[in-house]
Amino acid sequence: MPYLVLDKLTKRFGQWLAVDNLSLTVEKGELISLLGPSGCGKTTTLQMIAGFLDPSGGRVTLDGADLLAKKPNERGLGIVFQSYALFPHMTAAENVAFGLEMRSIPRADRDRMVKDALQLVGLGAFGDRYPRRMSGGQQQRVALARALVIKPSLLLLDEPLSNLDAKMREEMQIELRRIQRTVGTTMILVTHDQAEAMALSDRVVIMNKGKVEQVAAPQDAYDNPASAFVANFLGRTNLLQGTLRQDGGGCRIDVAGTAWPVAAELPAGPGVLTVRPEKVTFVDGAGVPGFVRARVFQGTQWLFEIQTDAGPLTVIRQHDGQILPAENERVTVGWRAEDMRVMAGTAGGA
Amino acid sequence: MTAVDSQNALSMDPAADTAAPPPDKPERRNWAPYLLSLPALALYAVLLVVPLAMTLLLSLNSFGFYTGIQDVWQLGNYTDIVTDDYFHEIFLRTFRIAVLVTLLCAVLGAPEAYVLRRMKSPWRGLCLLVVLGPLLISVVSRTLGWALLFGSTGIINTALMGIGLIATPIEFMYTETGVVIALTHVLVPFMVLSVWASLQRLDPQVENAALSLGAKPFTVLRRVVLPQVVPGILSGSIIVFALAASAFATPAIIGGRRLKVAATLAYDEFLNTLNWPLGAAVAILLLIANVVIIVGCNRLIERRYKQVFE
Repeated sequence: MPYLVLDKLTKRFGQWLAVDNLSLTVEKGELISLLGPSGCGKTTTLQMIAGFLDPSGGRVTLDGADLLAKKPNERGLGIVFQSYALFPHMTAAENVAFGLEMRSIPRADRDRMVKDALQLVGLGAFGDRYPRRMSGGQQQRVALARALVIKPSLLLLDEPLSNLDAKMREEMQIELRRIQRTVGTTMILVTHDQAEAMALSDRVVIMNKGKVEQVAAPQDAYDNPASAFVANFLGRTNLLQGTLRQDGGGCRIDVAGTAWPVAAELPAGPGVLTVRPEKVTFVDGAGVPGFVRARVFQGTQWLFEIQTDAGPLTVIRQHDGQILPAENERVTVGWRAEDMRVMAGTAGGA
Repeated sequence: MTAVDSQNALSMDPAADTAAPPPDKPERRNWAPYLLSLPALALYAVLLVVPLAMTLLLSLNSFGFYTGIQDVWQLGNYTDIVTDDYFHEIFLRTFRIAVLVTLLCAVLGAPEAYVLRRMKSPWRGLCLLVVLGPLLISVVSRTLGWALLFGSTGIINTALMGIGLIATPIEFMYTETGVVIALTHVLVPFMVLSVWASLQRLDPQVENAALSLGAKPFTVLRRVVLPQVVPGILSGSIIVFALAASAFATPAIIGGRRLKVAATLAYDEFLNTLNWPLGAAVAILLLIANVVIIVGCNRLIERRYKQVFE
């Protein structure tokens, strides 16, 4: 039985539909990410679960109980805010102890639990520091300890790593994953950073304009994007406009004069072909002709910008000693039919 | 020195203080900052330091009814004030009124600022205008307005008697109660603005964080919001206290001739008895007492809420 259920959750601000009929189920112990560009409704969704915003419609149940009937301070959720929102007039230990105090836990137990929580996030020696004497990463850990120490039934993380620098963010990703494995708390992570979502989550929920585009494990969403939007948002991708045709052999898509077989049954008309840059290879036989506009060395790989008749195409090749075309060289690129995805419609409609 | 200063110090970059000058540069004093602040310093000296020094010197002179001001140096005016119960009463009254007004302003102004911050856009501006309104009206006309309300046949007494709450009119005019009410009305905007400023620095998510940890709304206010606005309440209190203790127009009109405070006393000494040296001594003592009380309270509260001021 699912642990957290969002059922047709809707939030309207005046005429603007911030969250549009969002339904989602989360299993116990799962780390799920709400991923999308800013304004896609992911933070609004989180705020409704937390109780800081009242939904315009829909239901939220946690472990079978109606969550919307409870006030925010009765929901027992842990929340880590983008700004950390630590209490600046309290030490790290006092910050962590606050939630336990509100639950009237005896002093001795409280002290032990605070110590354990700070230990868990690697700040055992920092209990008597004030937040403004700590680095961003340390403040982030205090915020995490403060939210975890109350043993929340659900931990909500609102862009928790976006205020950290790149190196620190990577460290915290590993740390967060380790803590999630240790304590097994169900977590919902809101982020606009697809790398973060893919690194941390069991499943990602890709959102756009208040609607869910796809819910899948990170790898599945990457390999089998449900829409052009997902393909474009999760990692780099090439979108090529083509024409879908039906003939005796089945469905095909024409891109820049080359026809590719399409496994799915799609109506004839305009179609979009997506293929990941690392799946595109330079071929001798049939393929899309073009010329190399730029090539950039990136350490472990080469990045190529190929100008084709169907538009620009990005190609990524490993730096493993193979012979690669030079700039301005005429090339033909191709890919395996199973590595591309085809959708009906135009690229602009994504 | 004051909480206002320490608040500003918070936003300063600590690295800026510790950054050493490049060692290979020859030692040369940069005069530009001093020269740039010269006009302000000159204004400060002419308008504040010189008159203060002259008042101090004047307070050391003596005065006789038939001889006028004598150019002698003595402490007679001060011993007169320190030993005379008449002056004690006036000074006590002055500070009693100032303390009451400060407390009332804190109790009314701090919640007012908090409520204002939580209001939605069109109402917030309107209510802020209403709060700041008193500052836009001249002290004299505003105080005369209070006199109209306060009189024994004024609106307040008439209304209270009309609904049967009181049988005889309450004495507001020429009483401390009246002065405290009118002064609070005048000075509450300073408290609101000061608390408002410190509320602006409050992370709006902090209250939600406390709520999510299970705190009741009132607990959030007491444990999370209040400690963080203490610097604002304190700097507001300093402004209100200083203005209330040295207020002139309101005590003069509402308090009248008999209910004297330090400022009206100094005025009377200067203009009615023409005893300028005694008036100057009253003014100097008021200044000293004000500074001592404000600095003392500031220290006390700063120690209590050390972490907020850090």
